Amino acid sequence: MVHKGIADHIRSWRFAILIALIVLTFIASMYVSLANIKSATGNTKDPDHLFLYLKLLTTTDNSIPPFHVFLSFLAPLLGISLGFDVVNSEQNSGTLTRLVAQPIYRDNLLLAKFVSALVIVSGLFFALALLMIGGGLVLTGVRMEPQELLRILGFIVITIAYVAFWLSLSIMLSILFKQAATSALTAIGIWLFFTIFYQIVINLVVKSFLPDPAYLTQAQVIGYNDLILNLQRIAPGQLYSDAVTTLLMPSVRSLGPVTMEQMAGAIPAPLPLKESVMIVWPQVSGLLASTVSCFALAYFLFMRREIRS
Amino acid sequence: MKDPIIQLKGLTKQYGRVKAVDGLNLDIDKGEIFGLLGPNGAGKTTTILMMLGLTDPTSGTAFVCGHNATSSPIQVKRKVGYMPDSVGFYDNMTALENLMYIGRLNGVPERELKERSAEVLEIVGLAADQHKKTSAFSRGMKQRLGLADVLIKNPDVIILDEPTLGIDPTGVRDFLALIKQLSRQQGLTVLLSSHHLHHVQQVCDRVGIFVNGKLLAQGDISALSAQLFGTDSHVTSIRLAQAVLQPWPLEPELRAWEAVTQFSIHENELEFTSKSDLTAALVRFLVEKGCDVIGVNQKNYGLDDIYQKYFESNSTKNTNHEKSIF
Repeated sequence: MVHKGIADHIRSWRFAILIALIVLTFIASMYVSLANIKSATGNTKDPDHLFLYLKLLTTTDNSIPPFHVFLSFLAPLLGISLGFDVVNSEQNSGTLTRLVAQPIYRDNLLLAKFVSALVIVSGLFFALALLMIGGGLVLTGVRMEPQELLRILGFIVITIAYVAFWLSLSIMLSILFKQAATSALTAIGIWLFFTIFYQIVINLVVKSFLPDPAYLTQAQVIGYNDLILNLQRIAPGQLYSDAVTTLLMPSVRSLGPVTMEQMAGAIPAPLPLKESVMIVWPQVSGLLASTVSCFALAYFLFMRREIRS
Repeated sequence: MKDPIIQLKGLTKQYGRVKAVDGLNLDIDKGEIFGLLGPNGAGKTTTILMMLGLTDPTSGTAFVCGHNATSSPIQVKRKVGYMPDSVGFYDNMTALENLMYIGRLNGVPERELKERSAEVLEIVGLAADQHKKTSAFSRGMKQRLGLADVLIKNPDVIILDEPTLGIDPTGVRDFLALIKQLSRQQGLTVLLSSHHLHHVQQVCDRVGIFVNGKLLAQGDISALSAQLFGTDSHVTSIRLAQAVLQPWPLEPELRAWEAVTQFSIHENELEFTSKSDLTAALVRFLVEKGCDVIGVNQKNYGLDDIYQKYFESNSTKNTNHEKSIF
């Protein structure tokens, strides 16, 4: 079933379009960062300037956003487009009844849908990352640090987890709604809400009870700041960009506000990989948890559903 | 005493306050073709879904091939081929690919898969179209492919939900003949649901009439008519050349016949209801008496009448079963 699922995805038009889109943005951002790589690595004030390959992924001249920011928009789209009609299209064409009448477990059916899409996405991203590393090696001839490789792999894994979240959400919606269009629109609606409106809503809500900062002590300011940040972290996009930024920019040492006392005596140096991973661990587990809970909900909805044509 | 292959005991399914299936008891023996007959919305599909474990009964149990369909649906699905009423295929695949996919899901070994699929397509008569995409298939061809789909797993039981829906009369005849032939050759048990009486009448050994979630009657067609119309169910109508003049001199004589339970005259038509088959004796009698017999009709109760009768008795409790066949 996984085999067929993968074949279906590869043959479908919308997947071709999305791959084209992602490859294009990848090429564009690579091009821009390659053009600026000299100044970025030459900038000795930046503690990260020695990580050439990480710089390749993050450098930009502000004409277009770097690749990982692009991905935080495109990855949900990819996940949604791969998942929004997996169950209801089969139901509408009458093939689902035929499938469930076969001696297979229903959870395998759902799992096959999920895994086949995920295999494709992972393949795509790993291919892109390896292309980038290979291209960088050929073009610059600079040796790669093991840490860089691990960070880039980490970035890919988190990206896949992010796509997996949207995938499981859209699969759940495809079970919930009978019409593929409804589930696609709902998924896109959720995506838009989290990427655009969520921050606005949070700002509005917090502003309504936030006192004038001039009258607050520093501890209170930090408290409010934390509150806003934590609320924003409900959005999976925020979790993703937090995690990815930390992984790709080794000098990022905290995701919240840092006080002057904490900063005092700190040497602006890149963190070791382990520390970066420690910082993003909550984000990663948050992403995974939401993926799993969406999937579990989908599973719950699907298992006892009566399937009629 | 044969061992029933499908055993339903007190099967009930409730949707909210509506009972779709109400306390259904049914035994189906191995190798027979059973027709589940009922109007739309009678609960036929729900019953079938419960037999396959695709939906849980509110109460009661369904045993198919010795397995409880609710608690071990996988075992049941291994033995049972189910063809839903609106069977769908993956449009971007050919008939053969569709079939091989289902075969693979049923654990047919990869080596035999191609051969077996081709074989099954041959049986249902689609061998020539096996490399066509299923999107180009007509309804009848899809129905045949659906049957192939069912056969590829080598089932013991075939369940067909409205298999004749939407195919033309020739297609229906061929399809039903195919089902009958398969059942006889391979000893398959077939459960067929339909609201089309004539289709059911053509192939089924036994019929169950299913209305509003209740099985009103079951048995073969003659048993059903006996159950329904009693033993005095032989009706002979005789048409004479001239209208009968009242009073008819032969009337008292005929009334005196012991076997005749009912006798009526409409112009030139005589209708006799009798306990035994009196057609030949009546004609002989009338000819001897010099009546010009121009038509004799012996009325056999078909499913149509049985069906009609059940709907009547179900809706109006009307006991009148005299139906003109002209």
